[in-house]
Amino acid sequence: LGMAGRGRGRGRGQMTFNVEAVGIGKGDALPPPTLQPSPLFPALERRAVPLPGGEECEYMLALKQELRRAMRGLPYFVKPGAPRRDIERYSDKYQLSSPVDNAIDWNPDWRRLPRELKIRVRRLRKGRTAALVPKQRVALDKEEALKKLESLEKKEEEVTSEEEEEKEEEEEGKEEEEEEYDEEEHEEETDYVLSYFDNGESFGPDSDDNGDEAVY
Amino acid sequence: MTQAELRLCSLLLRENFGEIVEKVGNSLLRTGPRPLRLLVGDTGLLPDQVKKALCVLLQHGLARYEPQPRGAVEYEARGERVLRILRYPRYIYTAKTLYGDPGELLVEELLLHGHLPMSSAVARVADRLTETMEDGKSMDLSEVSATFVRLADTHFIQRCAAPPAAPPEAQAKDRFVVPRLGLVGKGKRRHSCDEEEEGEHKAKRQKQEGGSSEPPPDDGIYWQVNLERFHQHFRDQALVSAVASRMDQTSSEVVRTMLRMSEVTTASGASHTQPLSSNEIFRSLPAGYNISKAVLDQYLALLADDPLEFVGKSGDSGGGTYTVNLHKALVSLATATLESIVEERFGSRCARIFRLLLRKKHLEQKQVEDFAMIPAKEAKDMLYRMLSENLVALQEIPKTPDHAPSRTFYLYTVNVMAAARMLLHRCYKSVANLMERRHHEMRENKRLLEKSQRVEAILASMQATGAEAAQLHEVEEMITGPERQQLENLKRNVNKMDASENQVDETIFMLEAFIESTMKRP
Repeated sequence: LGMAGRGRGRGRGQMTFNVEAVGIGKGDALPPPTLQPSPLFPALERRAVPLPGGEECEYMLALKQELRRAMRGLPYFVKPGAPRRDIERYSDKYQLSSPVDNAIDWNPDWRRLPRELKIRVRRLRKGRTAALVPKQRVALDKEEALKKLESLEKKEEEVTSEEEEEKEEEEEGKEEEEEEYDEEEHEEETDYVLSYFDNGESFGPDSDDNGDEAVY
Repeated sequence: MTQAELRLCSLLLRENFGEIVEKVGNSLLRTGPRPLRLLVGDTGLLPDQVKKALCVLLQHGLARYEPQPRGAVEYEARGERVLRILRYPRYIYTAKTLYGDPGELLVEELLLHGHLPMSSAVARVADRLTETMEDGKSMDLSEVSATFVRLADTHFIQRCAAPPAAPPEAQAKDRFVVPRLGLVGKGKRRHSCDEEEEGEHKAKRQKQEGGSSEPPPDDGIYWQVNLERFHQHFRDQALVSAVASRMDQTSSEVVRTMLRMSEVTTASGASHTQPLSSNEIFRSLPAGYNISKAVLDQYLALLADDPLEFVGKSGDSGGGTYTVNLHKALVSLATATLESIVEERFGSRCARIFRLLLRKKHLEQKQVEDFAMIPAKEAKDMLYRMLSENLVALQEIPKTPDHAPSRTFYLYTVNVMAAARMLLHRCYKSVANLMERRHHEMRENKRLLEKSQRVEAILASMQATGAEAAQLHEVEEMITGPERQQLENLKRNVNKMDASENQVDETIFMLEAFIESTMKRP
């Protein structure tokens, strides 16, 4: 039962084909077997040809670097959102939290994109403050009057939102003006123009899901 | 896609669009088309982030979507298109050589934004050109419009296809028809020094910003760059320059004329152009060339007889009809690329063996030694090295049915297609390595770069407020001599790597064009 091909000690280096045909003569020293993966940076036997210079190459090089710089500044470069802080800090109230996570900074043509990709944007301060601020200036230091206005605002919200955006904004509108109410209170306490800041309470991933629920 | 291609796509997405888009793109490329919720689960990102990333990818044509029967939408990434980002500088530079600065900026804006309506693109470019002009001057919109129309006429830009959900009537029948827009006016500067101009334009500007309720006349018509047409141009360029270096300037002009005449009549994957008669070619030669008809005929005959077979004679009517053999030309160009790579990597004697095998197709060990006139030992060594790199293959031809080794021919051969694919794969790896190394260099020197930028900013603001030379000098001294040296080294290395990436992309184009052309043949 001498199984062929199992002779590891004897007949070492025998192959299935005739090695002479590929040019390995009898008694030729074969290179030693490779026992490890080839080195990561093998030595270069010959240097590469130098890069072609010239006006064309220079121009394309400058173009490439310019494009890279320009791309980073465009709204298509999606920056990861600022990491949530572990402790709520006082200064958070006054910081301008960028709407990076929750809005697209350019206006695509939504007719060309599927509807599910549309992120509901909290159009908080921009359109609203302009319309509401004149009203609120009237009863600034009077809390009861403010509360009255709040209910009036609720009704007004319903009217304006239908004019302006889609109906989804209505619920956001209710959330918003409650916060604006807070904002007006704060305005009395500080010298800072708070309309430049938002406290970011309505930003964040969970508020998306609560958009349809009632606002307490 | 291969691992090398995937890695390169990943790096390109990250560099140009950030990590979030990279993650989403990766997921789509590696795992295939999927709907939104699977993407969210797979990437571990927030839903809004994924939505944003998809918008970016769709905007740039790097992905597409397909509405599925049950209301879901499936997204698919286009890996090949991602790889084209490497070629953006070449597209823009080509547009510059063909259509000047307006052309260059139009193509650049379209590439930076993915797709744009004509009105928007023209306005942006006019503004940018106005910025570079002298005070008081501004760029006419009509001139930029005219360039836009020329780009569309020659098919370098095209209209975007209608989205999948659109009704069939909305599909544009003609991809290159430019809508009639009465675009008048001039470009606007960002900081207008001319008061008069400001007064005029303020009114217009307010109207534009406030009145987004009025849709522009070309609403819904978007334009994008037609990459295929640029590729066709690159191929033609390579052909013409090959003829120029092999023969002479006049022959290359003849070939260039033939290619120009066939630009719009040749289908994109055609293996040769439509036949052109010698008379037609004579009439279409550029004005500066006054060679006689007889001389032209001689040139054509020479081109047709050349063993490279770039030009072939297809008949005798009209003074002889000729075509340009596009496929054969691509094969020659790709083969030349392969030969050049072997020569640079392994030496000229290896290259001699390689060329020999290309010509003779199959040779035995002994025949190689004889034909190449290289001693046996060295020839053996070279063949094995090329064999181990898969540039050369062994073909077994048995003499007897039992395939006994002693009675079998072993022939060396070069499989051009396989070698091209293998080298293309190496090219992708090279570019990815170059990019990684470049990022590494930038990261290592981040602190120094930031410091340098701050100093530049300080210097700029000081100069604007009119500081003395001594003060400026003091600020400059904030960067020490060795640091300056380090910055210079960094700049030199980064430039080298960028230039190398451009260079490798040229090879990638050549090999890809060859592979594509070969695959298209029936």
